[in-house]
Amino acid sequence: MTSTKYDPRILKTQHPVPGAPDNWKRFFTFNTDAKVIGIQYMCLALIFLLIGGLLAMVMRGELITPPADLVDPSVYNGLYTMHGTIMLFLFLFPVLNGFNNLLIPTMIGAPDMAFPKLNAAAFWLVPVFAIVLLASFFVPGGPASSGWWSYPPVSIQNPLGHFINGQFLWILAVALSGVSSIMGAVNFVTTIIRMRAPGMGYFRMPVFIWTAWAAQTLQLIGLPALTGGAIMLLFDLSFGTSFFLPEGGGDPVLYQHFFWFYSHPAVYVMVLPVFGIFSEVITVYSRKPLFGYKFVALASFIITFLGLIVWVHHMFYSGTPQWMRNLFMVTTMLIAVPTGVKVFAWLGTLWGGKIRLSTPMLFVLGGLINFIFGGITGVMLGTAPIDIHVGNTYFVVAHFHYIIFNTIGFGIFAGIYHWFPKFTGRMYYEGLGKVHFVLTFIGATLNWLPLHWAGLLGMPRRVASYDPEFAIWNVIASIGAFMLGVASIPFILNIVSSWVRGPKAPANPWNAIGLEWLLPSPPPAENFEDDVPTVISEPYGYGLGKPLVEDQNFYVRRSMEA
Amino acid sequence: MTSTTPKPKKGLSLRLILILLSLVGLNLLVSLQIAQWSFSWLPVAASTAAPYVDGLFSLEVGMGAFLFNGCVGFILWSVIANRAEKYDESDGLPIEGNTKLEIIWTVIPFIIVMALAIYSIDVNGKLDTLGPKNKYDVAENQSPKTVASLDGLSEVGPIEVISRQWNWEFVYPNGVRSSELHLPIDQRANFLLTSKDVIHSFYIPAFRLKQDIIPGSVISYSITPTREGRYRLRDAHFSGAYFSENQTHVIVQSKDDYASWLQSTNERPLVPGLSPGTVQYQKRLSKGNKGWATVPPAPPPMVNDPGNPDDPHEA
Repeated sequence: MTSTKYDPRILKTQHPVPGAPDNWKRFFTFNTDAKVIGIQYMCLALIFLLIGGLLAMVMRGELITPPADLVDPSVYNGLYTMHGTIMLFLFLFPVLNGFNNLLIPTMIGAPDMAFPKLNAAAFWLVPVFAIVLLASFFVPGGPASSGWWSYPPVSIQNPLGHFINGQFLWILAVALSGVSSIMGAVNFVTTIIRMRAPGMGYFRMPVFIWTAWAAQTLQLIGLPALTGGAIMLLFDLSFGTSFFLPEGGGDPVLYQHFFWFYSHPAVYVMVLPVFGIFSEVITVYSRKPLFGYKFVALASFIITFLGLIVWVHHMFYSGTPQWMRNLFMVTTMLIAVPTGVKVFAWLGTLWGGKIRLSTPMLFVLGGLINFIFGGITGVMLGTAPIDIHVGNTYFVVAHFHYIIFNTIGFGIFAGIYHWFPKFTGRMYYEGLGKVHFVLTFIGATLNWLPLHWAGLLGMPRRVASYDPEFAIWNVIASIGAFMLGVASIPFILNIVSSWVRGPKAPANPWNAIGLEWLLPSPPPAENFEDDVPTVISEPYGYGLGKPLVEDQNFYVRRSMEA
Repeated sequence: MTSTTPKPKKGLSLRLILILLSLVGLNLLVSLQIAQWSFSWLPVAASTAAPYVDGLFSLEVGMGAFLFNGCVGFILWSVIANRAEKYDESDGLPIEGNTKLEIIWTVIPFIIVMALAIYSIDVNGKLDTLGPKNKYDVAENQSPKTVASLDGLSEVGPIEVISRQWNWEFVYPNGVRSSELHLPIDQRANFLLTSKDVIHSFYIPAFRLKQDIIPGSVISYSITPTREGRYRLRDAHFSGAYFSENQTHVIVQSKDDYASWLQSTNERPLVPGLSPGTVQYQKRLSKGNKGWATVPPAPPPMVNDPGNPDDPHEA
């Protein structure tokens, strides 16, 4: 075959090389290479981004007019429940675990994850619970339709009385997702603590590693609460217990504590790695060291700590007593401080840089602007008296989409473009990337900016119909949503065509500093194999003229010869 | 890699300081204007809570606008002024940080958010809307009224607010039942919030107040309306299939009008009350019961005054 051009180390391994025979098959096997698993996670997650996005477009079609006319309200409720569930558990968590798998071993110079088989098992649970969740569309009565919160008693009303129902499958899928995430988290945390290259002390780790570590620590602490809550809910639904049912002496508010003890930190699980991506991308495309690297790194763990003690701000109007509202308002407000540190550090990094507006940088700057906006509305929501007015309205929907799509989603796109050459061995098309950015930014702004006003005027969230005075905001939002649907076309076109026949990528196309850029593109299965470099400086030494590792030229030469 | 980059000039020139100061001043003016506009983004203010909430919101909008304009202005300026030339592969200024600056931008936000929190705690205390939440025994059919804690400061009530999938029922101390909530202006009214099935939320945007209603508990809640008119009362907590239709009106009247309404309504016979869920469910059944599963709606409550859902509302 014509595969002689490739490094023999790449060919003998399980890693995909474009054009090499049959390599695509390894994506459908129980492969233990973290880089294969990373791509498995990402491709599966992007398919679910499309599915979740299609559900959202049906919802926006329904909401373009005030009455519930496109679909029955019961169908709308199922759609919005599945939209949220799919986006969180089948797009965001898997796609970020994809980044973790690709970046953690390569950035710290480890050959693979600490527990490769566990890693593969954690991934293969994802298609399993995906099938369980999607199967719920086809059971009598339709899928779960009580929102991704699944608050009892509405979630356990089970109108048809069947044992296998949409809500039952939903709880099963969420519990399995929790198991998968815990398995992943054990692996990531162990790998980061135990398998770093020689010389890579904690304060020489890239910020992405810091943020991934902080995020996965949250998973380990928080997920047991959600999984436990989900199991109790399952028992209430199917086996006649009454943990949360007042008829048997239970209290529905108890579930809210279990749910939010994890599900608020879950936001930080998702946003922290994106802060990591922001830090990596801004330094490369500004050609500057990260401003206040140590502060930024430590701020991640301060967010982790504070993130665990703010959950009651989701329950300000659940009958929470005044002292508790006040306490959790203070902790919630405090989170603005470490996140502010990060934002100012990124601004400081831009100062006096040599800025290049490539696609990843555009997505990061767009995401950063959106994050500042979403952070400000977040402080408003954390202010109890304001939250009592706008909580559970479209203001919240607008706020969290500013975080979850306009920040986290943008960061994910930035990361995909930035590391695309490294892990596929091919360059993407810059022009299509920029079209994708422009369409996404305009679409996202049209979609979520107007909804703030709908919420301020008192339009509740999760409604299938609404009073006519809210129509104008919803028409604009629906146009934005359809535009986001269109924005996926240049993205898919770019990724698929570049991977199949894009120009071959050099080892370090962006002239970036970091261990992963000292590897060939794509890296061989065991990364540095027996020659793990010794790290001798802090990351992000742009303009300092210091090498990152001992004997740097050897690694640069080797990566280029591949 | 280029290793020698010019050192940044020490200190800022007077001209630069003046330009910066005028930009900050401009930002301040723009932010004040936006803070003023923010009052118009909210519905009419019709309770004692509204001025506090609106004031706090306007304050945060102004501060937020100042921060947002500043940061976005800085990003745009950097992108324009510090853009690398094509083919310029060199690095930027190797500034690794500035401890003094980093401490400043940790301490100042800390002070600001703590000041906001303390002010909000103060507002919370002044509003004093939320009373105790008491559990009652659902299995034993215990009456919520027997365990409820009443608000000693209230002049009206207690009015029982009963929420169901999907209708509202209001029971006044003299036994009158209605589907729309009638309140006298400028008097503190006490409510006992209960739910017959799932969690609902008692939300009146014009009052800026919202309280979830938890099945199995009775929550004592107090409101003082300050403006006559007809406003929307919306269920703000997802409660199943016809959740979005679960709305009714709050009618704030003068003291005399309220008293005469109570009097005259007491003499009216009981009729089926407003129940938007029932209407929607009948429509669904007539179309062949298509769609995904839902529990059937609770039957409409029997009330003296069913109200009129088609009357126009102000907010």
